[in-house]
Amino acid sequence: MPPDLWSLYALMLKSRLFEEAIAKLWRDGLISGEMHLGTGEEAIIAGVVAHLREGDAMALDHRGTAALFMRGVDPVLILRELLGYPDGLCNGMGGHMHLFSKQYTAASSGIVGTEGPTAAGFAIAAQYLRPGAVAVAFFGEGAMNQGMLMESMSLSSVWNLPVLFVCKDDGWAITTESAKVTGGNLNERARGLGIPAAEADGLNVSAMWEAAHGAIERARSGQGPTFLHARCVHLEGHFLGFQPIRIVRDPLREIPEIAIPLTQSFLRFGGATLSERMAGLKTVIATVLSTVRDPRRDPTNDPLPRARTTLQSDAARLQELEGQLEKEISNVLASALMEVPS
Amino acid sequence: MRTMFFTQAVDDALGQAMTADPRIVLFGEDVPLLRRDLLVRFGPKRVRGTPISESAFLGAGVAAAMAGLRPVVEMYMVDFLGVCMDALLNHAAKVELFSGGKWTAPVVVRGPCGGGYGDGGQHEQSLWGWLAHIPGLTVVVPSTPADAGGLILAALQHDGPVIFLEHKLLSETWLEFLGSGARRTVKFDVPAEGEKGAVPEKWEALPIGKAVLRRAGGDVTIVSVGVSVHRALEAAQALGSEGISAGVLDLRSVSPLDKTAVCEAVAQTGRLLVVDEDYEGFGLSGELSAVVSEAGISCKYGRVCTQATIPYARHLEDQILPNKNRIYCGVRQLMQ
Repeated sequence: MPPDLWSLYALMLKSRLFEEAIAKLWRDGLISGEMHLGTGEEAIIAGVVAHLREGDAMALDHRGTAALFMRGVDPVLILRELLGYPDGLCNGMGGHMHLFSKQYTAASSGIVGTEGPTAAGFAIAAQYLRPGAVAVAFFGEGAMNQGMLMESMSLSSVWNLPVLFVCKDDGWAITTESAKVTGGNLNERARGLGIPAAEADGLNVSAMWEAAHGAIERARSGQGPTFLHARCVHLEGHFLGFQPIRIVRDPLREIPEIAIPLTQSFLRFGGATLSERMAGLKTVIATVLSTVRDPRRDPTNDPLPRARTTLQSDAARLQELEGQLEKEISNVLASALMEVPS
Repeated sequence: MRTMFFTQAVDDALGQAMTADPRIVLFGEDVPLLRRDLLVRFGPKRVRGTPISESAFLGAGVAAAMAGLRPVVEMYMVDFLGVCMDALLNHAAKVELFSGGKWTAPVVVRGPCGGGYGDGGQHEQSLWGWLAHIPGLTVVVPSTPADAGGLILAALQHDGPVIFLEHKLLSETWLEFLGSGARRTVKFDVPAEGEKGAVPEKWEALPIGKAVLRRAGGDVTIVSVGVSVHRALEAAQALGSEGISAGVLDLRSVSPLDKTAVCEAVAQTGRLLVVDEDYEGFGLSGELSAVVSEAGISCKYGRVCTQATIPYARHLEDQILPNKNRIYCGVRQLMQ
């Protein structure tokens, strides 16, 4: 059965519009604290979540809103949770990094790497209680350096657990380039733990769907875990208000704030030799430059226009779909902003 | 006299110490960005970024300290010590005793703590009581820029593991990074005296384990630490206008605990209110009650602490953390 690009695109676009609404609420100061969006990784999430059915579980990271939304959790409840309302998904107690849906066996965590043990545990429960059900772990490549995730992969391998480990690789562990802090190759690492690893195109939702299809069927039929590695970009960086992105978008405001203390410190008496200082300065400049040349700024790395190009052949249907989804999300937003019950 | 922001003071004192002592190295996640000013002054050999591998780099920091370095290991948040607690609990804290006093692990673990900006209960904990519970760990919680700089210097000179906690509401950089994200649409209740203040021209180490009396008062002694010190001062001021004289003692470190200062103050007033942003049960507030009891001081006792997991919703968060009103009511109750 080939993937239905129309429904996958609809899933991605709805999620994008939903998260853009979240971003606006955050910028308006109605959502507090950090806000990590899944904008840019929709193809990965949609390609996997579209296969899930009743009894399946998800272990999510700090960036879980897109997965919960696509899984079917009421978006009004999610938004009201982010707004801190008492009738939000978690009664306003969790917030976006700590979203839980018992109904969908979906748990998020702001602690990097915990998706591993959580998915393994959901999978163990599935083996006893819901044979044929699977657990998906969504995490970034930064989490691959966390011991508990590697241990969980090993455990899932030896216990033949029905887990799909999905590594959403955007190349950045917060503000650190992952390549500079990661030993070896991630797919090889998974294979070294006895788990088959596959590379999937995280910008292509159909390719993701097909890769996930095989892996999930494998887990359902008792053949154990799979590791899927997919590259993507995060359009807003690590989180909203991310400093490297701000530098690119508003250099005149951001650069002096950084450059002045940096220059003073560089010139300060006492410290390393000039060559060591230069090496330090190069590191900082390289980070800024890598943001300027950032793939996040390249629209071809956005999975939505990619899928859309294929659907353009039926422009009328596309227009109708997009209009309908925009309306749907604006209704969601209107309901979410309704008054707090007293 | 210079004035500095809180984290600026820590980094400035750290820079002074690094100039004097080449054994000091910094590492942790995103440290090249977070400590970029130190990176361009001391170079990438001494200011290093790590993978998201807390168990590895904290454990390595402990052992590197045993082997002669003076590492400052940065945790993104004190909450994340949950991932790698073994390095502190079973190793850093134990090596001195296990080696018969012949070997120590002089590592400094630096981490932001505390709430008040809406990140929820997994990212806003204080946890100093949890850490101080373990014999062998020193836990420092400064409340002003001057104390922060002086105490980081003391931490670096201390011959054992020190956990140095920076409250995020006091830290100009952490609050922007995690709280506002450069938004002008959000506001936080930041105590002015803690955020920015006078600092010495040249940093001198402050003694670890010495409390400081921030406000003298004859009716009641409020003992606190971190941001709550400022909340207590606000409450004390309000109480003062009603004729209640409340003193505020800033512990500055949770372990070692300045029992002498606490007992002296409470013996005079006969009333002790502990204001602790950390969890109420099995922590600093109960410990202080034991300290005065053991010293044979009879006093009226109360506490204003965080009683449960910190909720995400901002208005609920503000209610659960110690605030001026709760402290005010706590004192009024002791005065009855």
